Formats: sequence, C-alpha cells, structure tokens
Amino acid sequence: MTESPPILALASVSKAFGAVRALQDVSLELWGGEIHALAGENGAGKSTLVKILAGVHRPDEGQVLLDGRPNEFHGPGDAQHAGVAVIYQEPTLFPDLSVAENIFMGRQPRARFGRIDRRALRAETAKLFERLGVALDPDRPARGLSIADQQIVEIAKAISRDARVLIMDEPTAALSGNEVARLFAVARTLQEQGCALLFISHRLEEIFDLCQRVTTLRDGRYISTETLDELTPDDLVQRMVGRELDALYPKQETTPGETVLTVSRLTREGVFTDVSFEVRAGEIVALAGLVGAGRSEVARAIFGVDRYDAGNVQVGTTRLRAGSPTAAMSAGIALVPEDRRQQGLVMEGSIERNIGLTQLRSLRRGPIISRKVERDRAADWAIRLQLKYARLSDAVGVLSGGNQQKVVLAKWLSTEPSVLIVDEPTRGIDVGTKAEVHRLLSELAGQGLAVLMISSDLPEVLGMADRVLVMHEGRLAAEISREEATEETVMAAATGRTRQEAA
Amino acid sequence: MAAVTADAGGRRLVDTVLRARELSILAALIVLVAVTTAVNSSFLSSQGIKDIFLNASILALLAVGQTMVVVTRNIDLSVGSVVGLVAFASGKFVAGHDRNVLLVLLLGMAIGAVCGLVNGVLVSFFKVPALVVTLGTLYVIQGLDYYWAHGQQINAADVPSSLLDLGNGSVLGIPYLPLITVVVMLAVGHYLRAYPSGREFYAIGSNPDAARLAGIAIRKRILTAYLVSGVLAGLAGVLWLARFGTVVADAAHGWELRVVAAVVVGGVAIVGGLGSVYGAALGALLLTTIGSVLVVLKVNSFWQDAIAGLLLLLAISVDRLLGLRVTRALRRRNARHGA
Repeated sequence: MTESPPILALASVSKAFGAVRALQDVSLELWGGEIHALAGENGAGKSTLVKILAGVHRPDEGQVLLDGRPNEFHGPGDAQHAGVAVIYQEPTLFPDLSVAENIFMGRQPRARFGRIDRRALRAETAKLFERLGVALDPDRPARGLSIADQQIVEIAKAISRDARVLIMDEPTAALSGNEVARLFAVARTLQEQGCALLFISHRLEEIFDLCQRVTTLRDGRYISTETLDELTPDDLVQRMVGRELDALYPKQETTPGETVLTVSRLTREGVFTDVSFEVRAGEIVALAGLVGAGRSEVARAIFGVDRYDAGNVQVGTTRLRAGSPTAAMSAGIALVPEDRRQQGLVMEGSIERNIGLTQLRSLRRGPIISRKVERDRAADWAIRLQLKYARLSDAVGVLSGGNQQKVVLAKWLSTEPSVLIVDEPTRGIDVGTKAEVHRLLSELAGQGLAVLMISSDLPEVLGMADRVLVMHEGRLAAEISREEATEETVMAAATGRTRQEAA
Repeated sequence: MAAVTADAGGRRLVDTVLRARELSILAALIVLVAVTTAVNSSFLSSQGIKDIFLNASILALLAVGQTMVVVTRNIDLSVGSVVGLVAFASGKFVAGHDRNVLLVLLLGMAIGAVCGLVNGVLVSFFKVPALVVTLGTLYVIQGLDYYWAHGQQINAADVPSSLLDLGNGSVLGIPYLPLITVVVMLAVGHYLRAYPSGREFYAIGSNPDAARLAGIAIRKRILTAYLVSGVLAGLAGVLWLARFGTVVADAAHGWELRVVAAVVVGGVAIVGGLGSVYGAALGALLLTTIGSVLVVLKVNSFWQDAIAGLLLLLAISVDRLLGLRVTRALRRRNARHGA
C-alpha cells in the first residue's frame, strides 16, 4: 500500500508584515487520522501559520499543498471549500444574528425554493450543542455571550462543517474542564474518521494528552517536528524557548515603596465588578486573565477614557475625577494602550510629533509650538530608549513594531508619570526588542515608578511581575505573589477553576 | 434547564424590542391619525387615506432599497438624484409618443441599475467610503440632469394617459402605486429573511471581519445592494412621472435624506446588521403622514422638515438606549457561567 500524501501541508513558507518577518521557511504536514500539535511562545508565528492554512493570508514564499498538490487559497472561502475548518483564537461572530445563524452562515439547511429551513437550522444547532454538552439557546443573538460561550459557538461552527482538516487555535483558553473534555472527545472522533487536526494550546498537558506529533516554532522559524511519545514536557519547553529565560525577563529586585495607585471597588456594569487593588512605587503588578476578562477595560476606566458606575481611583492621596484622561495625566498616570496602531500612535505622523503629543504645552515658546524643542526632546528620548530610526521626521508607520512601541513609551514617559499602565506591552514585537522593553520596564520600576502591566503572555507575566492579579469574567479572581505564581496557578484563576485537575 | 429558560428570556426580550419598533411606529401613526381626525374629520375620508398612501408609496419604495444598503453598513445618498434623472429621462422618452408602459418602466429601472452599478463598484471594489462615493454620484447625476433639462420641464399633457393611469388609477379600489410598493417590499423582505444569501447582508453589516472569515462574497453582496437600491430608485422615478405628470429637473431634490430618515426611524441600524424593510416602509409612511397632518392642522409646512429631524433624533436616541439595555440584559442572562 502506497501512502497517500498529507491532506494539508506547508512547504517552506515565509510571510512578512512590513518589517516584521512573521514566518521564515516553515514546513508542516497534516496527515489524516492524526492530531498534530503546534507549539511555540506568543509571537512565534503560530497564528500567522493558522491564517495561511485558512486562506486569510497568502504566503510570500513557499506553497500550500492540498493532497500533495500545490494549491492557492484566494480567500477564506477557498479554504473552506477545500474542507479546512478553523476555530480562531478570538471569536468572530455576528452579534446581531442568532447563534444558530452564526454557526450555519453560508450553508444553512434549505427548505423548498432554496429558503432557509428554520426548524432544521434550530434542530441541527441543538444537536451540535448536545454533542458538546452545553445548554445554549440556538435562537438567542450572539450579542452579549460570554467569551466561553462565544468559543463554544466557534467550535460548533467548525465541527458542523464536517471538515477534512480542523484547525484549533487555542480553543480551550476560555473553557472549563468539562467543556475541554467534550471538545477532546469530539476531536478524537474526528481523528478516527480520518480527519487531520491541528491543535494549538499553551497548556502542555493538553498537547501531551491529545496529540501524536508536535511541530515547534520559535521566532517565526521552524525548529522541529517530533512524535510526542519520545518527548518530555521539559524537552518541549526547551525547544519552544531555546534560550535562557532570564535574558528575556531581566527582572531587577526592588523594594516596593509607598502606595501610589489605589483602585477601590471599581465597577462598570456588565463589564467589570468590584475591582480593588493597589500598586506601590517600584513595583510591577501584572493584570493577567483571558482575553475579554475586562482587564483593558479596567485600565481604560482608571485612566478616565471610559466611565465607571461605582468605586474610585486614587493617585497618592488625591482621588481622581472619573472619566477625565486630563485629570489622570496631571495626577501622574500614563497609559500605553493595547492597540498601538489605532490608539497609541498617529501612524502618518513623524516620530518627533508623536513623542511630543502628550506634552504640547511644554513645547511652546510663547503661544507657538517650537519645532526645535519638539525635536530636541524626541532626540533625547530616542537615545534613552535606544530607538532605531533613520530620521526623526520619518512617519512612525515605517518603524518595526518594537520601535513603534518605544515611541509610545517615550511619548508617555515624557510626561514624567508616577504610575505607568502598559497594556500588552510586547504584543507583536520581535524577541530582541521584547527583551529591551522588559529591561526598560524593570529599570523604570527600579527608579520608583509604579507599573501596572496587562499581559496575555504568561511567561512575561511570570517573568516580570512582583505580584499577579488575575481577572476572570470581570472580577478579580486571585492575587498571587511572585513566589507562588506559576502557569498553573494563574491559568486556574483565569479560567475560574478553583483547583487544577491532577496533572 | 434554568440556563435554557434564562436564554429564552433574553431572546424574547430582543424579539420584543425589535417588534416593538414596528409596533410603536404603528401606534404613533394611529395616535396621529386619531388626533388629526378629531380636529378635522375630513382627514380620515377615503380620499384622504388614499392620498397618504399614494404619497408614501414612492418614499417607501426608496426606503426598501436603502434598507438593503444600510443593513450592510453602507449608505446610498444618490437615490434622490436618480429619481430626478429617471423622471425627466422617461418624460423625455414618452413625450409625444404612445410608449408601452412596461417599456418605460424597464428603461427607468435600467438607468437606475447603471447608477447603482457605479456606486456599487466604487464602494465594493475600490473600497471608497460609501458616504463619499454616493455624495459624489448624487452631484454628478444631478448635474447631468440639470444640464440635459436646461430649464425645460415635462408637462402632464405630453405624458400618455396609460402612464398617468399607472400613477393615479387603481385595481379593485386599490391604487397601483401602493400595490407596487407593497409587492416589492414583501419580495425584498422575504428574500432578506428567508434566503441564505439574504442573511449574508445582515452578516456583513453585523461584523465585516467575521463575514470575510466566513467566506461570504462581501463585494458581490454590497454590489447587489446598490444595484437593488438603484433599480428601485429608477422604478420610483417612473412612478414619480406617472403620479405627477409634470416634472422639472430638480424633482425629488433632497429626497435622499428623507429616505435615510425614514429608514432610521423605521428601526434599521445605521451601523448595519439590524432592521427590516417593513420597519423602513412604516417609517416612510409615518413621515409622509406627518406631512399631511401638518397641512390639515394648518401648520406652516416649513415645520415639516424640523419635525422629521426631531423624529430622527428621537429614533436614534431610543435605539441607543434600548441597545444598551438589551446588551446588558443579555449579559446578565448568561446564567451558564453564573456564580
């Protein structure tokens, strides 16, 4: 018997976004009847790889092979027709449509004259939910679903496609133990039916539990493909990280000083509830949790971008006026937002303009802003943060992600804050610059700045934080000291599990 | 079990809110008509009712087309100009000839289709924001119309009686105009609700990124929406000629905004994804009725636009308020992960 080719494969694929090389020369083979794991740290290129398999991105170099033949997906529709179903990390639902319509969009069961058979639509959705063991009403709109339920809908959508290839990009991140077990049962059934599955998870025990082989990526490069039988979890971590962790997380030991930021019983109805914590001078406090747990929303409320319904925020001893970023800034708070391109920078503006934006008043000579002062200040910060650029008058849009982030940091550090809130400070940044940003944060804390760091990158949280606050569905679920913080304790709190199942 | 009932509660709430919009417009209409009739009993005469429906028909027809566009998170501001151009063009076409009514209708819809196609291609393929594209075509089409008309006008005497009959005659006591509008409304409404491709219009407006990932042919659907809006504007243009007979170059000038107002008052979310053609048509009926009421109550007609504007603001405020409430209620009813 000659072996048939892998159902879906990547051959020496490369992909770059502007200056960032997301994938370089990566190969992957997905065989029928096998669950293949994809391992790598955040930013290793896993999501880019998934999007190439799903037809969202096209590779710059290399090929996508379907049944051994070169194939070009011109869009997500093509990949779907080829039998590729994807569960994305972040749910992509239509909030105004019903749950059932979300699942069957584009391939609804038909009645006479090509109309939608609403009864069958509802029944099939109910059947899917039964298979997944969840009680969701097929007719309710997707708007307002919790992240976990949205993820369930995504899973139902993918398995309803009867796909030949099922790609799961961190499907378990928001799920409870019971739901994970159901999902795995479904995945194994599909495997027995001859489907090829690709599974991504940051929980190693899940990878070892479910998968047969693993491909590891590091910094966008292919590292290895091995059978999991011959591997220990430590081996896998070593392949993923491939360097001393200490170098990436240069945490200085500091003695925390006075309490600088006090958040008391902060509540915004339907978004977050009763959030209280303190951040002291010289301390890095991480705010961890799943996407959608309300972390960024808390930061936005503290800074006054969003309003809140109850509670208060104090800087030092003064209570902040709610809903006023101006008040927050003059009290000494700085916020480096999650989305650099949309919220952190004026992408068309020059480096010097962007750095000057927070301090326009102090750039004045008389009533007019002095270009010279603006430029001098920008040049000063560029040196301090080791910014790599050609000219200060270049648009920030041409810089790499890491250097853009440095510009945002410079912009806020120039306000001489006493509290720095950073939201996902190293998302989409290459590893070298990532270490620089970490060193910078650590130094700043060493100089007595209070740092509140929101991060979905667990190693970053564990490596950088003096204390970890974990949010789950809008509430503070746990406060964990640096000594006790491990991947398990943080994830258990983030997913609302009080105890970790025996590993 | 508890979770299921809580979810069902959430659904009922949303259903009620959506239906409440159509019902509340109906209620407003009834109150309006009742009050006006109390002041002037002739308002509710059969002629009075017929006039309101005749007047509302063209606006409602445009509102149906506009709904398709707005549901996809776009807008078509060119419809007023298209009506003006088609009314004048078909007037020129029939003047002094005895043309077949069907031929005139087809010509009008063809002109509308061309305009819709231009809008659709620019918006969907060249990714120019709809507001800018259709504002541009509004002026271009208007300019063409003015240049061509050159101060002339079409007179009712030049229009064949068969065409005028379409605008003012009736079958079994029901005038043709509202009949055409209702048929079109039901057809489009049914398509949007019952057909997979119809639901895709809502999906695109609800979350464009998700629509792309779901493999929906976004450009094709948006193109279709503009095409339908254009064709219906063309149809409305011919009906305009049929109804009024006399057409000057700036017929239907400014109607694009009345149409958008009707659609929004009728509960179609301006950010897309929500609303029905029935609501939009009711919105058109309400705006038209207010116009007639003002005449009967001898209120200066200058107030008509201001009142339409107020109604629009009211509708949008109510939408926003209800939207927040519904979202909050749905969140609370997530009993599955409660406690």
